[in-house]
Amino acid sequence: MFSPELGHYALALACVIAAVQGVFPFIGLYFRNLSLINLAPRLAYGQCIALTVSFICLIYAAVTNDFSVRNIAMNSAVSKPLLYKITGVWGNHEGSILLWAFILSLCGAVVSIFGRHSLPTLLKARVVAVLGLIATGFELFCLTTSNPFTRLFPAPWDGQGMNPLLQDPGLAFHPPILYTGYVGFAVPFAFAIAALLEGRVDTAWGRWVRPWAITAWCFLTCGIAAGSWWSYYVLGWGGYWFWDPVENASLIPWLTGTALVHSAVVVEKRNTLKIWTILLAIATFSFSLSGTFLVRSGILNSVHAFANDPARGIFILGLLGAVIGSSLLLFACRAPLLTDNTFFAPLSRETLLIFNNIILCSLCAVVLTGTLYPPFMALLTGHVISVGKPFFDATTIPLALPLFMTMGVAPMLPWKRAQLWTLLNKLWFSIGLTSIAAFIIIRRLYGVLPFLCAIAALWVIITSVSDLAQRIALFRVAFRISLTRARALPRAIIGSAIAHVGVGIAVLGLSAMSQAQHLIVEMPIGSTKHFAGYDWTLTDVEEKPGPNYTALIATLDVRSHGKQIALLHPARRHFNLQNQTITHVSIAPRLLADFYSVLGEQHDVTHNTIYVLRLHYNPLASWIWLGAIVMTFGGALAFSDRRTHTRAIYHQNISPPMIEAL
Amino acid sequence: MTRLSSLTRRRLLMTIPLIGATGVGFAFWKMLADMRVGTFNPHNINTPVLNRSVPDFTLPGFAPHKGFSADDLRQLNTPVLVTFFASWCIPCLEEMPLLMTLKKFLPLWGIAYKDKPYNIKEFLHSAGNPFARLAQDQQGRVGIDWGISGVPESFLIGAGGIIRWHEANPLTEDV
Repeated sequence: MFSPELGHYALALACVIAAVQGVFPFIGLYFRNLSLINLAPRLAYGQCIALTVSFICLIYAAVTNDFSVRNIAMNSAVSKPLLYKITGVWGNHEGSILLWAFILSLCGAVVSIFGRHSLPTLLKARVVAVLGLIATGFELFCLTTSNPFTRLFPAPWDGQGMNPLLQDPGLAFHPPILYTGYVGFAVPFAFAIAALLEGRVDTAWGRWVRPWAITAWCFLTCGIAAGSWWSYYVLGWGGYWFWDPVENASLIPWLTGTALVHSAVVVEKRNTLKIWTILLAIATFSFSLSGTFLVRSGILNSVHAFANDPARGIFILGLLGAVIGSSLLLFACRAPLLTDNTFFAPLSRETLLIFNNIILCSLCAVVLTGTLYPPFMALLTGHVISVGKPFFDATTIPLALPLFMTMGVAPMLPWKRAQLWTLLNKLWFSIGLTSIAAFIIIRRLYGVLPFLCAIAALWVIITSVSDLAQRIALFRVAFRISLTRARALPRAIIGSAIAHVGVGIAVLGLSAMSQAQHLIVEMPIGSTKHFAGYDWTLTDVEEKPGPNYTALIATLDVRSHGKQIALLHPARRHFNLQNQTITHVSIAPRLLADFYSVLGEQHDVTHNTIYVLRLHYNPLASWIWLGAIVMTFGGALAFSDRRTHTRAIYHQNISPPMIEAL
Repeated sequence: MTRLSSLTRRRLLMTIPLIGATGVGFAFWKMLADMRVGTFNPHNINTPVLNRSVPDFTLPGFAPHKGFSADDLRQLNTPVLVTFFASWCIPCLEEMPLLMTLKKFLPLWGIAYKDKPYNIKEFLHSAGNPFARLAQDQQGRVGIDWGISGVPESFLIGAGGIIRWHEANPLTEDV
């Protein structure tokens, strides 16, 4: 029933619906025809349903091993486990573009559902129409240059299988989460375009945009963390972030997205920073789009190998030009007419939030420069160079430090105007505690920058917690009263404090990881190596068959003073179909450090087999991802704040004069 | 010179993103067009090294061998083979027998890449020592300047310190 042809048809249908969804509401707005305007949400539902069918068809083809579909034959095989047959659907270029389109249509449908009562009809129609226009472009791209439903004749008996490195649960869910983050920023973008078209940005607009920006931000945070976690435990290089262009491509929208989440608060509370917020919304989605483009066009030199095809690149570039170019043109025409006339003192929450925005955008500019420098240099001078970790470390860390310093302080300041004395009064406890902590860790961390980062991270955690404690007057009034106060505290405030603590935890992990040690050793079975203060013994190596591979599994016993700390099983898996061997890293995550081991090659020396092993001792490694989880949780909590979902006072009903005013 | 009105200034300011994006977009278009005809290849990091002079460096020797610097290579009149290797790399071990034969034909200069002195000694003891001169690059900095992607990697240096040929894999009979 779910044949590839049905999927293909549903995709084409979705494309047509999206085009109608993108055009009809604007016609309705122009001719003041309410029935055309009201069509927008229904078309969004229709497009979403069509794409769901299309997506199910592709999954069905993958699960039933339909190798007459080219995409399945290229990327799947009979012997592949079921989970990876399903997740493999978005592990390749064509399938991932379909996933992109599917998530985009889902965004349109969700905006229509949640905005059913709370969004003004005209704004909603514009937002949904803009989403429809973007979707049309992507679905056309999918249909014309990367169709996942193309048939193959004659159909092969078995598929070519999937890259064994991608057959991993971490990577199975990394792309959908990351894409939801990328695509999620299409909603703030659509709101920004709608606001420019209407020529009105006000506090209500800020209130509508913020939950969407936060949701997309949460997904993007999670997606980046999942990708980094995957590279940490699958690639087996012991690192978690390589400043690879594709990683940077996800970091850039994350930085501007973070700035957007913060500046939207200023629009909502103080009705200022409007133009800037609009620009951030446009920029964040533009960077998300460009990231996808750069990965797939082959311009950037990256470990993420998608099937690179310059012809495909031209299509995406044209699509990018249409989306980004037209939105920036609209911005150039309309934004100068928006005015801000709110004033605030040099020391106020607004000032610190602007400071935060400036730094986040500078960070973004630095990462962007580092990423685009090699191709631009190659284009201009013909020299091929690479920009790596030393550049990014030297430029981003000094920029990030002042950001961390203000993160904990800004929530303590009132809007409009703050008193320095009151602020210092609130801060003396945090200053004291951070100094004590600095004194304790100064001997444990080598290097100035890691030390400063760790201090900044502790400062963020301490000030965020102390801000919450002061808000509920902890230890100053009876505990029960504090508890009642805590319950009455808006979730957005608790959420932001938790997200800041999450940043602190992650940065602590990053600074501790700069002290990571590793050792490459040759060990026969039964030998012991002393490394990082522990005794690592290779007790056994055995061969075991897996579902579609054969594995060589080593057993490493890690002991401290005779007491067992961890038992590691690093392995090498040989996939027969692809004739490819991959290492399977074994990690024992502990709160204070990860014990990490990789099994390398083996060689025989006089009746004795010697195994090459790589041992890593990674202090606080798991804190990096723990921090990301805490950040996401904070974001989710802020999202769930009741205040962001209550109806804003706005012209709710379309009355004849309102139509006149269009 | 007339002073611009506030609105005009704002208008000019807000076209900057558009102008920037247009410039970047045009550059990308040019890259894609050049990639199609093959004049632009961002993936080819190593080729520019060929037929150029060796990068500047000075490395300490591994006793009793003498170390060497870029100037030493530039003063040569005969070709030498410079090989980056490490004791922890199995392919390096595999190419050693071939290097032992090769040393009869031309001088081999080794650079021990990111390696500990004790391990180098053990390695040369068990696999043999084909190197006329042997330097240590403990930090791996010189390796970066040479643009190596891993070990072993060999460079054939011609007269005057010009890199004539380069192989990023273990040397075999075929190569």
